[in-house]
Amino acid sequence: MSKDIQVFRVYIESPIQTVWDAITSSEFTTKYGYGGEVAYDLVAGGDYRALTTPEMKEMGMGDVAVTGKVLDADPPHRLVQTWVAAWHHEETTLTWDLKEYPGGLTALTLTHDCTDAPNTAQDVEGTGDAAMGGGGWPWVLASLKTLLETGHSMPGAGR
Amino acid sequence: MTIWSPIVWDVNDDLVFKALADPTRRVLLDALFAQDGRTLGELEAVVAEHTEMTRFGVSKHLGLLEQAGLVVTQKKGRVKLHFLNPVPIRLIHDRWIDKYTEHHVVALAALKKQLEESP
Repeated sequence: MSKDIQVFRVYIESPIQTVWDAITSSEFTTKYGYGGEVAYDLVAGGDYRALTTPEMKEMGMGDVAVTGKVLDADPPHRLVQTWVAAWHHEETTLTWDLKEYPGGLTALTLTHDCTDAPNTAQDVEGTGDAAMGGGGWPWVLASLKTLLETGHSMPGAGR
Repeated sequence: MTIWSPIVWDVNDDLVFKALADPTRRVLLDALFAQDGRTLGELEAVVAEHTEMTRFGVSKHLGLLEQAGLVVTQKKGRVKLHFLNPVPIRLIHDRWIDKYTEHHVVALAALKKQLEESP
């Protein structure tokens, strides 16, 4: 049984603004994690969409992988949004908290509230095989750290 | 900058390995794996099932786990809840267990399980 509320934290040697941009702009999101483009309207009530990659489309997915609404945006510190995976239709809530420390280090804490969304909870917890797409948030955040710290995509991440 | 600074937390895998090297801390991680988002009091009760330890002792162990990034705390009203953070384990996995060695590790884990289960 996967957990309702899942918390993930990673420390990244990168300025807070860069980490924020890496979450909210396609320039970065195509280079880590599952590699899809994103579209964020960063105001309360604004739309969020994560698009599928060509590889996902080949697997039979539509154009959009995840949809949601922005609930609160305070760049570059905090972003709260709903997150609905197209393959589950369960509404969940993501909270991105960014905190900068001296020396250009940023702590990124992602809290995924999957209450009443057991299928989503299982997909994102990262207990599956990363090579088969089961790495969930731990794998996505590991690849984000690699990208921002080395300038290169982690093997298998991005598109 | 104190030793508790996250600058130090981030740095290396040493803290994670050190954190994992202690049986009480592994009990705490197992407890959070079974049920996440627990208070110090709840975790103290879990530790008490295994060993005698003061609340201060449990709190110190949780501090080390937090320092290693394996535990993340969040305030909910007046209580502090402890969550297991799987990301550092993922980072160590990616760094130390590449695709060539992974199947050996899986095989060893299976063997260990088999040995432990046999009478």
